Amino acid sequence: MNTPRRSPLRSERRGDPEKTSGTFVGMPAFPEAASEALLDPQLRHNLSHATGTIRAKRSNVVAELPEWEDLRLAGAAVKDATLRSLDTHLLRLEEQLTANGATVHWARDAAEACAIVAEVARSHGADEVVKVKSMATQEIGLNEALEAEGIAAWETDLAELIVQLGDDLPSHILVPAIHRNRAEIREIFRTRMAAAGRPAPDDLTDDPAALAGAARAHLREKFLRAKVAVSGANFAVAETGTLVVVESEGNGRMCLTLPEVLVSVVGIEKVLPTWASLDPMLRLLPRSSTGERMNPYTSTWSGVTPGDGPREVHVVLLDNGRTNALADQVGRQALRCIRCSACLNVCPVYERTGGHAYGSVYPGPIGAILNPLLKGVGNDPQTDSLPYASSLCGACFEVCPVRIDIPEVLVHLRSQVVDAHRGDRRPSGESLAMKGAAYTFSDARRLERAEKASSLAGRVLERFGRTRLPGGRAAAGRLPGPGAAWTGARDLPAPPRESFRAWWRRTSGGTSGGRSGGTP
Amino acid sequence: MVTCVNDAMFPGTGQAVVTLLRRLGVDVEFPEAQTCCAQPMVNTGYLDEAVPVVRTFVDAFTGYDAIVTPSGSCAGSARHQHGIVARRSGDPGLERAVADTAPKVHELSEFLVDVLGLTDVGAYFPHQVTYHPTCHSLRMLGVGDRPRRLLEAVRGLRLVDLPAATECCGFGGTFAVKNADTSVAMGADKARHVRETGAEVLVAGDNSCLMHIGGVLSRQRSGVRVMHLAEILAATEGTP
Amino acid sequence: MSAREEILARVRAALANVDDSVAPEEVPVPAGRPAGDDLVDRFLERVADYRAVVKTCTARGLAKAVRDALPEGARVVVPARLGIDVPGAVVDDGLTAADLDACDAVVTAARIGIAETGTIVLDHGDDQGRRAISLVPDLHVCVVRRDQVVADVPDAVALLDPARPLTWISGPSATSDIELDRVEGVHGPRTLHVLLVR
Repeated sequence: MNTPRRSPLRSERRGDPEKTSGTFVGMPAFPEAASEALLDPQLRHNLSHATGTIRAKRSNVVAELPEWEDLRLAGAAVKDATLRSLDTHLLRLEEQLTANGATVHWARDAAEACAIVAEVARSHGADEVVKVKSMATQEIGLNEALEAEGIAAWETDLAELIVQLGDDLPSHILVPAIHRNRAEIREIFRTRMAAAGRPAPDDLTDDPAALAGAARAHLREKFLRAKVAVSGANFAVAETGTLVVVESEGNGRMCLTLPEVLVSVVGIEKVLPTWASLDPMLRLLPRSSTGERMNPYTSTWSGVTPGDGPREVHVVLLDNGRTNALADQVGRQALRCIRCSACLNVCPVYERTGGHAYGSVYPGPIGAILNPLLKGVGNDPQTDSLPYASSLCGACFEVCPVRIDIPEVLVHLRSQVVDAHRGDRRPSGESLAMKGAAYTFSDARRLERAEKASSLAGRVLERFGRTRLPGGRAAAGRLPGPGAAWTGARDLPAPPRESFRAWWRRTSGGTSGGRSGGTP
Repeated sequence: MVTCVNDAMFPGTGQAVVTLLRRLGVDVEFPEAQTCCAQPMVNTGYLDEAVPVVRTFVDAFTGYDAIVTPSGSCAGSARHQHGIVARRSGDPGLERAVADTAPKVHELSEFLVDVLGLTDVGAYFPHQVTYHPTCHSLRMLGVGDRPRRLLEAVRGLRLVDLPAATECCGFGGTFAVKNADTSVAMGADKARHVRETGAEVLVAGDNSCLMHIGGVLSRQRSGVRVMHLAEILAATEGTP
Repeated sequence: MSAREEILARVRAALANVDDSVAPEEVPVPAGRPAGDDLVDRFLERVADYRAVVKTCTARGLAKAVRDALPEGARVVVPARLGIDVPGAVVDDGLTAADLDACDAVVTAARIGIAETGTIVLDHGDDQGRRAISLVPDLHVCVVRRDQVVADVPDAVALLDPARPLTWISGPSATSDIELDRVEGVHGPRTLHVLLVR
């Protein structure tokens, strides 16, 4: 696909700062969105190439550290211990930041956080801000909210720039434009850069170095003139009142250093207790995220430093559902997340559907648990579909640097979704089927009767069906009705003439009568 | 524990387990009161519905030394999820019963290698085979290379490596129908890797995954058979 | 109720179901890699892995090595107390961002180097200058003394003062945002030239 994948969803969000839930408005539930994404071979190719590359890089640098598994345990323990007394650490963080000359704000939700940032920008007469890539500001829909206030928010991370110029949606936590290949990016730069500032050079090629060069030239004038910058933070150290931003390109350093005013929107779960506790995190994050021993640039700052960097520093501590997640005894482990995106890169579902299908700035396995935890289940079908967007293969847990047991949380959230719908006036077909299965499986005699019925169907298929599996067993081809979901692309073996239990009884536990037919 | 899928759809696997274990001198019983491990309900979110099924499970299996099952997934469910269901029930008796049965559940390759201390089970299977390590056996149970070691000791068997072996096949229980298109896309890639090996037979330790991959392979007219590990280990010169 | 009070109340309510009688398990943070005899070589090798330019020199040869690292005619900015003679260099006395953008190169010292990760950390002391000067020019020549190299991240965290702004630098500016293909040089210095004084 050579034209930007323009999204009607993004347009709907424009000028509607109230709808800043972090969900792409109007997004269908995961299965429908996934089915559509699966039809795009270019997307499949871009994703499998990109995730394959980063998986290999990660596994090489992780293999260098014999202490990796102990580091994961330590990282999880640091975050857990902090979350256990989060109120204490937040107060300490506030106290230290204030002592360091920063102004601390608290925001219950997206709208409140956006209003704080807009007010800071307005108070300096700014009609534009430069932005460091930040998941929290995407989650709260800050760009759209600022735009509604007449303030332009310029994304300065290369991938975010590609997404913003392409009027597109992010599809990956680390590499939001992972769904785009170089030819698509060249096209976006050629057609869209001029409207936002310095145009792309006429002779722009699709060489990644040339594309990065065009972004450098385009953004430099913005860095040099901007009065206000907005960032997130990877970590916030309570003990010292220090914020930490981990990045690669230097756009973060530009934003954190050159403008006079800096506003950082920080989720309350980003707190670390002590300066020393940064150590396991800085060993875990780069290797898990970009697959490097260390990312090119990490900046730390503790409030205002006279003569160096911004003269005014604001920190917005954001809840926006995090306390909902914290209240969930199984789900609270998701707040350990350090947004490395390793779980996306190993997820076989994500690799095939891409990030847009998850309908949120948090896609992939972590998104499948984080969105329902932040927003609660039982309210909208899109969020309720996310815990089911997984085959529960467990690859995500295996790579998570802070050991979030994503499959465990997924199964837990599925039970919350089911429980939230137990009172529905019209029970779903699935719930009736599960009740039926539970009834059948609660008593072996009922199961036996069901098996006899299915054996009968099997005999019919064996006699009249034309589909045969390798080895000769009869099978069902395409079936109508409820069987269609299975048999649309998969043959289904015919039920055997005799169940195991029937064979066991007939042959007295296999001691007489020999083997039955119907084995595969 | 023969599992509901094997009982109703793949009795040959259960029979192979019986044949194999008896050949190795194990006293095998099939408690007829057993039904299902309740994983379909638990993994779809129906915990209340899972309670009576787990109760049926513990009633059927309490009192045995070892509960052996030819399924990594069902073993994982019994070991890791029955406790969640029992807590949900609010019945301390069920919690105690689960605490007793859960640790006694062994996936077949674990039982053969760890409990019986065997890798050569005296099998003969003169075919080219590739092995798919199913996710729950690999990541939930951590069976490691036990199935491979068992297969490598089978006389006549030529084991070929499966590319991207540890990647999920896309079955995922009700995922296979709730997200059928994604499931099939994953299954198609797995089937492609299987075909690339040139193997005659794809072997795995879970018939549910094999039903899915085998269904795709069959629809593609690939000619590759799928077989459960137990069936290969049960095969000898006398039983082709 | 203010947002602050409400969020703190929500946090406390969310944690009400935590059993305080059970102390969280103490999990030790594993030690980093020990220093070993090859500490400096490992540092140099790993900095070079990021496609930075890596050179070594003696203390006496330092000024020449710095001059050699700078292209002919380059406009160079240096911090107030670099302590190395760089002929023709502009000493930063609060240059504007635009002034810095007109510079081709910057020469700074460093606070420490980390061997395991090939990282240089600046704490922006007088021999390193404020953050902007080592960011805007396209070439960063960074002088690291042999005795500044530590083994691994835990050693660095223990030595550094969080009250100062810190910049951890691992190679030149880079991005992998296009097909995860690594490209050196986006917004920060596109060339990082590390001079290790043996």
